[in-house]
Amino acid sequence: MQHLPIFPILLPMLAAVFMLLPPLSNSITRHRVFAITVMVTLVITSALLLLTSHQQGIQLYVLGGWQPPFGITLVADRLSTLMVLLTSVLGLGALLYACAGDDNEGMFFHPLFMFQIMGVNGAFLTGDIFNLFVFFEVLLIASYALLIHGGGKQKTKVNVHYVILNLVGSSIFLFALGILYGTLGTLNIADMANKVRLLGENEQALVKAGGLLLLVVFGLKSALLPLHFWLPKTYAAASAPVAALFAIMTKVGIYSILRVHTVVFGADAGELANIAIPWLWPLAILTLIMGAIGVLASPGLRLTVANLVIVSVGTLMVAIAMQREAATSAALYYLIHTTLVTGGLFLLADMIMKQRGKAEDRYVIARKMTHAKVLGIAFFIASLTVLGMPPLSGFVGKILILQATEGMLETAWVWPVILLAGLATLIALSRAGTTLFWRTSGESSHNEPLHPLKLIAITLLLSASPLLVIFGGPVTEYTQLAAAQLHDTTQTVDALLPAGDK
Amino acid sequence: MEAIYALCVGVLTTCGFFLVLRGRTFTVVMGLTLLSYAVNLFLFASGRLKLDGAAVLGQSAEYSDPLPQALVLTAIVIGFAMTAFVVILAMRSRADQGNDHVDGKIPVQPTKSSASDKRHS
Repeated sequence: MQHLPIFPILLPMLAAVFMLLPPLSNSITRHRVFAITVMVTLVITSALLLLTSHQQGIQLYVLGGWQPPFGITLVADRLSTLMVLLTSVLGLGALLYACAGDDNEGMFFHPLFMFQIMGVNGAFLTGDIFNLFVFFEVLLIASYALLIHGGGKQKTKVNVHYVILNLVGSSIFLFALGILYGTLGTLNIADMANKVRLLGENEQALVKAGGLLLLVVFGLKSALLPLHFWLPKTYAAASAPVAALFAIMTKVGIYSILRVHTVVFGADAGELANIAIPWLWPLAILTLIMGAIGVLASPGLRLTVANLVIVSVGTLMVAIAMQREAATSAALYYLIHTTLVTGGLFLLADMIMKQRGKAEDRYVIARKMTHAKVLGIAFFIASLTVLGMPPLSGFVGKILILQATEGMLETAWVWPVILLAGLATLIALSRAGTTLFWRTSGESSHNEPLHPLKLIAITLLLSASPLLVIFGGPVTEYTQLAAAQLHDTTQTVDALLPAGDK
Repeated sequence: MEAIYALCVGVLTTCGFFLVLRGRTFTVVMGLTLLSYAVNLFLFASGRLKLDGAAVLGQSAEYSDPLPQALVLTAIVIGFAMTAFVVILAMRSRADQGNDHVDGKIPVQPTKSSASDKRHS
């Protein structure tokens, strides 16, 4: 299928448009059925795309027939297809959960959800950096509206912060693009990587400034240390399916850092090789520490989970900062695990919150939950996974990252910080579990039933963890191949440009 | 020409960032608008400033780079939509919170007279 790479973008876009038109526009039931059908199709399409690019090499999709480095290209390599598949699976989980009733709290949930998926998929698939900006805006404007879905004071407040921060981020992104285009004369990622090697001495400083401005923008999206303050409150205030879907948003930033700072400013970039690394190291480690402190200090379950996102960002950044194949491969494995499990945890936190009535998700003594057993088991499994306890996937992910430091000077930093952050998570989550499930007073008064769709959604996301262990062999093999492809410039740069242009 | 152009972009950016850092949503929105103007000018200049450059290849020896113009156009459209959204959001926030501070509440100022309160607002 020649046109397969564009389907993950086209499918949600058309679905969103159709949902705004009759006969789908005015019935929530039709919206639900249609949206779930589209998401299932999307999962299948993404899986097909992943298989195609895995077996037949990188799929280059040239829109309108304008050959690179001109025109718009989509690049479906192992890394981007993996991210697209991850988005679809997470999206399916969040959507199933939303269909249990959360989508009815405000208008246009399903179309916005689809636009968001379209933006995320586009950002992963695009092969040129200006379209990365455009898809960032698509996913952002959908996320602005989704974040405020359901309404309420707290949501409006965090949305103001989120929107303003991201608008400033977009301006900085455009400044960076202007600088890079002005000096390199191209915006195609593969072509940029070529041109960076041939830069004159005068322009190197400018390009370095542009590259580091990009790091600032991606750092803002992925919640890297000095730019992470918006994340915990925003994610904690968002309604559960939205928060679960947002688990992929920080990963868009991480993916962009991986893409731009490995391919364009990677090891082959001459004078500008690895410009981000001296910044990434300390910031990654500090992010990890701040995330761990945040996890310990959170007064409610949703804030704890939001801070766990920051811990996972820190861990991933440490792996990226190592700038070697084994570490990238470990990071990809950990990324799959952390995205799906945090998404599941956000959904679970919402279910627990609904069961506890007025106490919500705060760590206070409250009445017993009616369905404490089911939720307790789910919470236990999710916690074990996040903590990195054997036999679940968090354990494997962390081991892979720790192993990848082998022979580096930074091992002395990485090991204690990652392990101590794990300890902090252990303390915080055991405290959360005991307070939520065991420190109760009186019998339950709220009889909020457990919706089967919600349970299915949580099971879907959390079952990723044992599956990642059972199929650990093929998955790590795949992530190794993806990492090798990303670090190999003959595949990510030269293969994507016409032969005469080198 | 380059000096004036650069000065304009610089002044707009500085004013934009200054206004974004203020506490009220109106000034913040103004700051975002100025920032997007600065960005658009900057992007436009990334194709180099040229007078009388033809936009179509082959029409004259001097031609101007069409790509930054396309980029600016995209950036203008996106910036316009975002500004519209943030204005509506600011109004919603004013209605929900009862004031127009970005944090949702006016911070209590450790000042003695009410006159200085007025000056800050």
